Amino acid sequence: MPTRPQAPAIQVQGLEKSYGKLRVLRGVEFGVARGSIFALLGSNGAGKTTVVRILSTLLKADAGTAGVNGFDVATQAADVRESISLTGQFAAVDEILSGRENLVLVARLRHLKGPGKIADDLLERFSLADAGARKVSTYSGGMRRRLDIAMSLIGNPPVIFLDEPTTGLDPQARLEVWQAVRELAGQGTTVLLTTQYLDEAEHLADRIAILHEGRIIVNGTLTELKQLLPPAKVEYVEKQPTLEDVFLALVGADSKDRNVGTNA
Amino acid sequence: MTKHVFGDTAVLLGRSLRHITRSVDTVITTTITPIAMMLLFVYVFGGAIKSGSVSYVNYLLPGILLITVASGIAYTAFRLFLDMKSGIFERFQSMPIARSSVPWAHVLTSLVANLISLVVVVLVALLMGFRSGAGVAAWLAVAGILILFTLALTWLAVIPGLSAKTADGAGAFSYPLIFLPFVSSAFVPTDTMPGPVRAFAEHQPVTSIVNAIRDLFTQQPVGTDIWTALTWCLGLLIAAYALAMATYRRKIA
Repeated sequence: MPTRPQAPAIQVQGLEKSYGKLRVLRGVEFGVARGSIFALLGSNGAGKTTVVRILSTLLKADAGTAGVNGFDVATQAADVRESISLTGQFAAVDEILSGRENLVLVARLRHLKGPGKIADDLLERFSLADAGARKVSTYSGGMRRRLDIAMSLIGNPPVIFLDEPTTGLDPQARLEVWQAVRELAGQGTTVLLTTQYLDEAEHLADRIAILHEGRIIVNGTLTELKQLLPPAKVEYVEKQPTLEDVFLALVGADSKDRNVGTNA
Repeated sequence: MTKHVFGDTAVLLGRSLRHITRSVDTVITTTITPIAMMLLFVYVFGGAIKSGSVSYVNYLLPGILLITVASGIAYTAFRLFLDMKSGIFERFQSMPIARSSVPWAHVLTSLVANLISLVVVVLVALLMGFRSGAGVAAWLAVAGILILFTLALTWLAVIPGLSAKTADGAGAFSYPLIFLPFVSSAFVPTDTMPGPVRAFAEHQPVTSIVNAIRDLFTQQPVGTDIWTALTWCLGLLIAAYALAMATYRRKIA
């Protein structure tokens, strides 16, 4: 597969898209450096998914250009599809097949050698080895999402799109997905992540862009974004006991270790 | 891209055939309606219907086979709808595969599933006394007509499968298709029907297809019916394919 290392992994200029009268994207611009994690933040309906669908060749833009791995999404769609993997908002896995069969299916569709070995390696890596032979319809939400991401890694595409990868997951499953994303970036894969969870962007992303009313209103590192607000002030606030403090004081120290992670 | 059309289609066909072998109930429910109708018409109404020199089960089977296909393709629409809904369709579309392999895999799966259902229905008909002296060539001709008919209706089913908003909507289009054989020569000879109904019955596709298959089974000369039947099947196939592909291209941007 031809790659063009000099080009940024993703380059978007003047992207516009309307659904009927609704102007979802009104000139979106951003770039993503190779091997970095880029988070696209926005509220529901801000157009994050529309951007991802255009970048993954599922939707045509009305105006503007978008390049992925140096290829234009409109004119070199086949090359773009060779370069990417998409994990959509809903775990796109085949419920009737087993986890292993899902992985083998994708490996064969990517025309790779040894699909069985690829599947077994990924099952191991995503802690699904024991569940590999079971039908996906018996999986929990977290397992499905892990399988979904594992399917996206097959063939080591240089660019991965994760559209709200942790929506609907419990805190534990969320941490597992975060871990997987960090490992990916560690291996040099470029990750474009959309999310509505601010802490997710904070924990994972090298750069964060906020999509609002069809435009990117800010784009920078977390530190840069924080500098947009006036510097933090030191204030003294009287600390009232919370119900939790009261509860723990009354019930005793036995329960202390149980309150870890209840703020999720 | 196109160099992988056959390979990709084969991989995806293997996937959806697994869906069928793992939900055998879809094959059973596909065959239950036509078998129930066959029982009802042969053992309840059949005695009062004049089917000429042929036994009623022999008379009835061609129409029942068409009903089998019409009820079977509802599942094609349903499976396609589930793929659209679950997001796996988009996953395939964002992968470097031959794009036409996705609908083709569903169409070929439909063909395999319907052929299995047709064999089941013919076996039940044999138990009920269906007999034919047709030779290999005549059976192959019957199979050919049924395959063309299945392909035509399957491509038709692809359209609601791609565009339906609900699972019920995806399957609902097949009801009129199941009903069509009733206003044809499938259950009763058309010459007892009142003028306008008879005119419709004699000029709609089911009658010519039923007559052609019936003539092949009873070793009668097929006459012009088979050409009318083939023209209907091919015409429907081409129109449905063109419409389905147009719908598909709209769906994939």
